Amino acid sequence: MPALLDKFDAIIETRSSLPDMPQDPFHIVMDKVLSQTEAVIGGRHTILAGTNNYMGMTFEPEAIDAARKALDQGGTGTTGSRVLNGTYSIHKALEAKLAEFYGMKHAMVFSTGYLANLGMLSTIADKDDYILLDADCHASIFDGCALGQAQIVRFRHNDAADLRKRLRRLPEDAGKLVVVEGVYSMLGDEAPLRPMIDAAHEFGAEILVDEAHSMGVCGSTGRGVAQAQMVEADVDYIVGTFSKSVGTVGGFVVSNQPKFEVLRLVCRPYMFTASLPPSVVASATVAVDIIEKAQEKRAHLWNIAQKLHSGLAALGFELVTDRAESPIVAVKLPSLEAAVGFWSALLEAGVYGNVAGPPATPQGLNIMRLSLSAAHTEAQIDQILMSFSEVGTALGIIQTPSETPLATAMSAQARSPQPVDAVAASR
Amino acid sequence: MSEPQAFDTILGKIIGLVSQFNPKGIEIVPTTTFSDDLSLDSLTVMDLVAAIEDEFDIVIPLNLLPDLETVEQVAKAVETILKER
Repeated sequence: MPALLDKFDAIIETRSSLPDMPQDPFHIVMDKVLSQTEAVIGGRHTILAGTNNYMGMTFEPEAIDAARKALDQGGTGTTGSRVLNGTYSIHKALEAKLAEFYGMKHAMVFSTGYLANLGMLSTIADKDDYILLDADCHASIFDGCALGQAQIVRFRHNDAADLRKRLRRLPEDAGKLVVVEGVYSMLGDEAPLRPMIDAAHEFGAEILVDEAHSMGVCGSTGRGVAQAQMVEADVDYIVGTFSKSVGTVGGFVVSNQPKFEVLRLVCRPYMFTASLPPSVVASATVAVDIIEKAQEKRAHLWNIAQKLHSGLAALGFELVTDRAESPIVAVKLPSLEAAVGFWSALLEAGVYGNVAGPPATPQGLNIMRLSLSAAHTEAQIDQILMSFSEVGTALGIIQTPSETPLATAMSAQARSPQPVDAVAASR
Repeated sequence: MSEPQAFDTILGKIIGLVSQFNPKGIEIVPTTTFSDDLSLDSLTVMDLVAAIEDEFDIVIPLNLLPDLETVEQVAKAVETILKER
């Protein structure tokens, strides 16, 4: 009789076939987190450039104070579900804050972003309904569909014509939900919401937008891509998370659907798990308030994202997007082995990012993914670029740096005891 | 509505489509399986499904996939969907 875990032999083999490296992407331990952008990993001082901490809210003094106060007043946990003893007045205050922030009538807080998607997708569409998913949607969206009974149809990524083609094939009177994300997590590309919404409306479908990676970052007050593209009035449900820009953990849905509140009585991933502890709720409430007014932070974040993107392109790296469409910047590498090797060497050089390959990535891409924070300084971006240049050259991913100003400065520094001016003067 | 397609026609078209998702270059027969024989990952399977949907202008909900292990089973599912339309 085979052991049940034998079915994972292929995965174990793939894992062990990767070359031995000083660092293992699946077993990273943060010895000590020093700030939003720095940690000690493996005894080494490291710049964090892969933590989705977009607005740098994890050490926000006001949020920490609020969390401390709530911890003292409400204790370490609620020990109960939202529908039993786990709704405190601060949970309602957070929902009111979110509804106000989004200008929507209803808000519902879940214990994680994953659970918010699980809850929405498993509940709002039933077995005679259809959910149409963008092909690049996050695992939590696919898992939510798997938990529910709806018929699931996948359309080509960001392709409104393909969505239309698939909507046209569905029964006219069936309930339909189109699911897209504002910014897609792996490649950091933005969705063209207007054409997707138009396609959905043409066939009477409702639309849900997951703003997990765009909240805080996009839009004039940080509500996300729907705000930036001025289409919020046409979106039926916005899903978001507190574990990225908000700097803690939790998830939410906001909506103007008149019957939205019934979800509290029928949504299992809302009902059958413990609610968020008071400290988390308090820090999230403060953080949302700060994010709303953080125009300067947002502007800085976009500036450094653009700087990183163009800097990497200038070094000769192949990027997955033509410009920085979000604070997620990803570099293409030729194979999973190359990507893991790159990731490991970069960590040795003091920069933490993310390595990813299929099926987590689309188009069979193997990538080194970075996500920036508004808390990153220009100097840290220079350091990241420097490390990419060194590692890329050492591993033969890019040519020996020559033309770029950064590379010239670096090689002058590395090779020559003379000041750069003296080198120039001697020519 | 057009004439219903014969099962062999459907099977032939599907074998043609599956051949485009055949990295190992094995011979595609009705009993070829997607996971064991073709070693297709979940994303490639979904791309194949999209290609089949477009060929027959139908919807194959992803929920059906766990029960479809061989090329022949897919052809039967497509035949059923075409008849029900």
